[in-house]
Amino acid sequence: MIPLDYYLILSALLFTFGVIGVVIRRNVIIVFMSIELMLNSVNLTLVGYSAYLGDPTGQMLVFFVIAVAAAEAAVGLGIVIALFRLRRTVNVDEINILKW
Amino acid sequence: MERILFFVLAAVALVSGVLLVTRRNPVLSVIYLVVNFFALAGLYLLLSAQFIAAIQIIVYAGAIMVLFLFVIMLLNLGDEEKLAEHVNARRIAGVALAVALGVEIVAVFLVKAGSGLAVKSPAAAAIGTAEGVGRALFTRFLLPFEVTSLLLLAAIVGAILLAKKKMD
Repeated sequence: MIPLDYYLILSALLFTFGVIGVVIRRNVIIVFMSIELMLNSVNLTLVGYSAYLGDPTGQMLVFFVIAVAAAEAAVGLGIVIALFRLRRTVNVDEINILKW
Repeated sequence: MERILFFVLAAVALVSGVLLVTRRNPVLSVIYLVVNFFALAGLYLLLSAQFIAAIQIIVYAGAIMVLFLFVIMLLNLGDEEKLAEHVNARRIAGVALAVALGVEIVAVFLVKAGSGLAVKSPAAAAIGTAEGVGRALFTRFLLPFEVTSLLLLAAIVGAILLAKKKMD
């Protein structure tokens, strides 16, 4: 039997990779994918707790996170397409029209 | 047996996570993210969450990643030479801070969170099936479930509006 700690540490590592991706990459689509990685690492924590505590709430939360992630991907990629049409770039450093 | 499976799946998830972040070509990143999602689905199965594992593959690896691939090919981002990503001080500092965050999360987990939870609950097998998830979803979580449909409607309308050729 595997202790819950292993799952928690794995998800912490995956979350860290996601954070590193958001910090170092400039391609907005890869930044987006790193955010998906972070969402998934949190999902792993929730499912882990759900299984070890015998409570369905964690898995319900994962279900809703997946639904929200689908909505987020649709809207986010729509924004990426609109921005690309406007600025001809996917580099987040060049997308600074909201910067004051 | 379970231990071996866990370590194999964890290794696949970690390696594909690193490759996702470091690849230059976004198409490769998508492929590695799909690999990562499959490894996570395997881990969900180990945690006897069959239903979540299934929707992980169908919704995430199937629908969302195809959407990503579509956008990458629509924007024609195959050659990434234009997008110079060089190492600079700001980026090194960012990685250092991210690693510090990771160490912090692991420390918190080790000190407090998982303590005393070494064995899966005997109830876990019944919770993770489609029956168990459906039962919880349509009783205790009925209202959030219905609200999700509104959220998805808003997302559809928003995505169409954003991707329209001309905003008027």
